[in-house]
Amino acid sequence: MALHIEDITKFYGTNQVLDQVNLSMQDGEFIALLGPSGSGKTSLLRIIAGLQFADGGRLSFDGEDITGVDARLRRFGMVFQSYALFEHMSVVDNVAFGLKMRPRANRPNKGEISDRVRKLLDMAEISELGERFPSQLSGGQRQRVALTRALAIEPRLLLLDEPFSALDTKVRKGLRGALRDLQKKVGIGAILVTHDQEEAFEIADRIAIMADGKIQQFDTPNNLLRSPATPFVSEFLEGMGSYHAAGAGI
Amino acid sequence: MTTVLSSGPVPSGPTRRGAARVLPGFGLTLGISLLFVALIILLPLSGLAWQMSQLGFSDYLRIISSERTLAAFRVTLSAAALATIFNACFGLLLAWVLVRYEFPGKRLLDALVDLPFALPTAVAGISLVALYDKSGWMGTLLDGMGLKVAYTWWGIALAMVFTSVPFGVRTVQPVMESLSHDIEEAARTLGARDWQVFRHIVFPQLWPSFITGASLAFARSLGEFGAVIFIAGNMPFETEIASLLIMIRLEEYDFPAASAIAGTVLAIALFVLILANLAQGRASRHLNGGA
Amino acid sequence: MASGTLPSVAEHPQVTAFKRRQKVKRGALVLIALAFSALVMGVPVAAIFARAFQEGVAVYWTNIVEPDTLYAIWLTVLTALIVLPINIVYGVAVAWLITRYRFPGRRVLLTIIELPFSISPIVAGLCYLLIYGGTSVIGSWADEWNIQLMFNLTGIVLVSLFVTCPFVARELIPLMQVSGKDQEEAALTLGATGWQTFRHVTLPNIRWALLYGAILANARVMGEFGAVSVVSGNIRGETMTLPLQVQLLYDDYNATGAFAAATVLTLIAVITLVLRSLIEARHPHRH
Repeated sequence: MALHIEDITKFYGTNQVLDQVNLSMQDGEFIALLGPSGSGKTSLLRIIAGLQFADGGRLSFDGEDITGVDARLRRFGMVFQSYALFEHMSVVDNVAFGLKMRPRANRPNKGEISDRVRKLLDMAEISELGERFPSQLSGGQRQRVALTRALAIEPRLLLLDEPFSALDTKVRKGLRGALRDLQKKVGIGAILVTHDQEEAFEIADRIAIMADGKIQQFDTPNNLLRSPATPFVSEFLEGMGSYHAAGAGI
Repeated sequence: MTTVLSSGPVPSGPTRRGAARVLPGFGLTLGISLLFVALIILLPLSGLAWQMSQLGFSDYLRIISSERTLAAFRVTLSAAALATIFNACFGLLLAWVLVRYEFPGKRLLDALVDLPFALPTAVAGISLVALYDKSGWMGTLLDGMGLKVAYTWWGIALAMVFTSVPFGVRTVQPVMESLSHDIEEAARTLGARDWQVFRHIVFPQLWPSFITGASLAFARSLGEFGAVIFIAGNMPFETEIASLLIMIRLEEYDFPAASAIAGTVLAIALFVLILANLAQGRASRHLNGGA
Repeated sequence: MASGTLPSVAEHPQVTAFKRRQKVKRGALVLIALAFSALVMGVPVAAIFARAFQEGVAVYWTNIVEPDTLYAIWLTVLTALIVLPINIVYGVAVAWLITRYRFPGRRVLLTIIELPFSISPIVAGLCYLLIYGGTSVIGSWADEWNIQLMFNLTGIVLVSLFVTCPFVARELIPLMQVSGKDQEEAALTLGATGWQTFRHVTLPNIRWALLYGAILANARVMGEFGAVSVVSGNIRGETMTLPLQVQLLYDDYNATGAFAAATVLTLIAVITLVLRSLIEARHPHRH
C-alpha cells in the first residue's frame, strides 16, 4: 500500500474544504481526483504534497507517517497548473535543480547530474530544448519540461495539478498519452487533479469523484459508469456513457 | 533654444502634424512642458557643462587630483559604498518582512520606511549628532565600548544609511509582491531548503530591482549633504565629503573648482545609474518574456 | 490509528512542530527588521523631540515664537505655496503630453523629466548659481533691469522647482498610461471641449495620484536643505528657510532652538507619512 490518506480534514477559516477524506492507492497506480471547482481536490493534492497541512487526519507513505513532513523531504514530484518553471534558468538547469539542491553527502557530482539530465530530456523527447529558457518554449514544451523536472528527483509519487488546463485541445490529447506512457515507464504512482471527465477516464486506473470536500465514490472508470454510488456521481458523469460505449476508455 | 522659445504656450488646436492627434491640448502641454524643462532643468545643467568646458582638461585634472579633492572623493565613495551594501541587505530583509508576514505594527513599519524621504536632511543631520555625540543616547553607549561614531568616517556612513534606506526597500518590494508562490513551492517539492529557495529562486528574480535599488541608494549617498555635514566633523583630508568641498569652493567664489568637483560627482552618479540600467536589462532578459 | 476524531480536529504533532519552527523563523526575521528600523529611523526621531523639550515646554515655546524662526516658517510656507501650483501645472501638462501623444523626442523627454532626482542638491544649487547668478549672462542681463535672481526668494523658488519637479509627473504618468485615452475620446464624441474633458473626465481619475505627488513634493520643498543653502545666500531674517534656520541655530550653539525648529519640520514629515499611507490604503495605485 503506497499512499494512505486517513480522515484528512481541512478548514479555511470556518469554511470546511475537506471533510474526513480517506483514500488508499496501490504502488504504481494512476489515480485521478475528479470534481467541479471548489470540491477540495486541489487542497487535497497540496496536502499530499506537503505544501499545506491538514487540520486533522494523517498521511502515510509505505508505512511511514508523513503527515507533518516538510514538502522538500517527501520526494513527491509535482507538476503545477502554471508549470512554475524557473524563468531565469535554462531547461537543463530547471531539470537539474532538484539534484543540485540535495545535501552534499548524497548529491551526484556535476558529470552525473548532466548525464542524468540528458537521459531525462531524451526520455521526454525534448533533448533539443536543453539550452532554451522557459520564455522561449511553447505551452506543450513547457509542460514537458515541468514533468521532466519533477521526474528528475526520482520521485516516490507524481502529483499533477491540472497539467493540461493551459493547453489547447489538440496539444492536450497528444500529451495525455505521452504522460501515461512516461508514468508507466518510470513505474511510480501518480495522482492527477482534473475537472475534465474525459481526461480522467482516459488516463486513470481509478478515479475519486469529489464534491463538497468529500470523496463521493472511488472506483475504476467502468464501475463508476456501471454503478454510480450517489445521484451526484451519475449526474456528474452524464455523457460519459457514450464515451465509454465508443470504446475509447482504457 | 530658439525652437523651444518659439513654441511657447500656444492655444490648443490642431497642429500641422495633428491629424492623428484627436485629443486637444498638444500645443498647450508641449509649450508648458518645454518651457519648464528648458528653464528649470536643461538651462541650469548646461551652465555646469559650459563652466566645465571653459575649464580645459589640464585645469580640471589639476583640481581633481589635488590631495584634498582626492581625499574627499575617497571618503565619500567609501562611505557611500558601505551605506549602499548595508541598505541593499537591510532593504531586502525589510521588504521580505513587509511583503510576506503579518505582524502587529506592520503598517507603522511600512510608513516608517519612508521617513528618510519625508524628513528634511538637516533635521536628520542634527538628530544623528544628538544621538551619537558623546553625550547622546547612543554615543554614551558606544563610548563605553570604546567606539566613536560622531565626527568620524563611521558617522558619515551612518548618515548616508539613514537617508537611503527607502531605496533598498521600495524598489524590491513591488517585485517581491508580484512573485508567484508556485515557483517557490515547486522548488520546495524538488527538495530545496528555505535558504536555497531564497538563494536560487527568489533572489535571482529580485536581482534586477535589487541592482536598481542599490544604484539609487549609492547615487543618493554620493550627493548627500544636509544629513552628513553635521555628523561628519568636516576635517579636510579625513572627514570632508565631496559635496561639502563644492560648498567650500563656492564660498571662496572659486566657481571652476566647484564645477569640476560637481561635474565629477554628477558623472559618477550618472555612470552608476546607467551601468545599473544596463545590468538590469541583461539580468531581466529571460524574466519578462515568460508566460 | 484513530486520530482526527470529530468534532474537535486534533492536529498532528509533526504538523504542530513544523508550524512552530516556521513561527520561530518568522518571528526572528520580524524582530530583526523591527529592531534595525527602530535603531536607524525611530530613535533619531525620538531624539529630536527629547532634545527640543529637554528644558521644558516653556523654553520650547519661546524658541518656536522667536521672530527669526517664525519668519523662517513663513518663508518656507510661502515657497511651498508658490512652488506647488507651478509643479502641479507642469506635472499634469507633461503627463498629458507623454501619455496622450506620440511625438519625436518623447523618450528623451521622459528621461529628462526624471533627471533632477539623480542630481545631488549641492550640484543643483551650483548649476543655478552658474546660470542665473550675478556673474552669468542671464544674471547680468537681469541685473540691468534691476532684477536679482539668486540669493533671494526667486532663487529659492527656482531651485525648489528643480528638486521637486519629478514628483507629480512620476505619479501621474504610469496611472494615465494604464487608464488610456478611451474615456477622453468618448467625452469628445459627446461634445465636450478639451477643457471640459480634462475637468470632468481626466481630473477625477487622477486626483488621488495628483494629491499623492503634491504631498511628496511639498515635503521635499519644505525640507530641502542643500540646494537652497547654495542659492539662498543665508541672509539672516531674509532668506533663511526653516531647514537653514535649523542649521543657523545649531551653529550658533543654540541646540535647543535648533531642535525646537526641527520639531516643526518633523511634524510636517510625520503628517506627510500619515497622509501618504491614508491615500495608499484607500487608493492603492502604487506597487
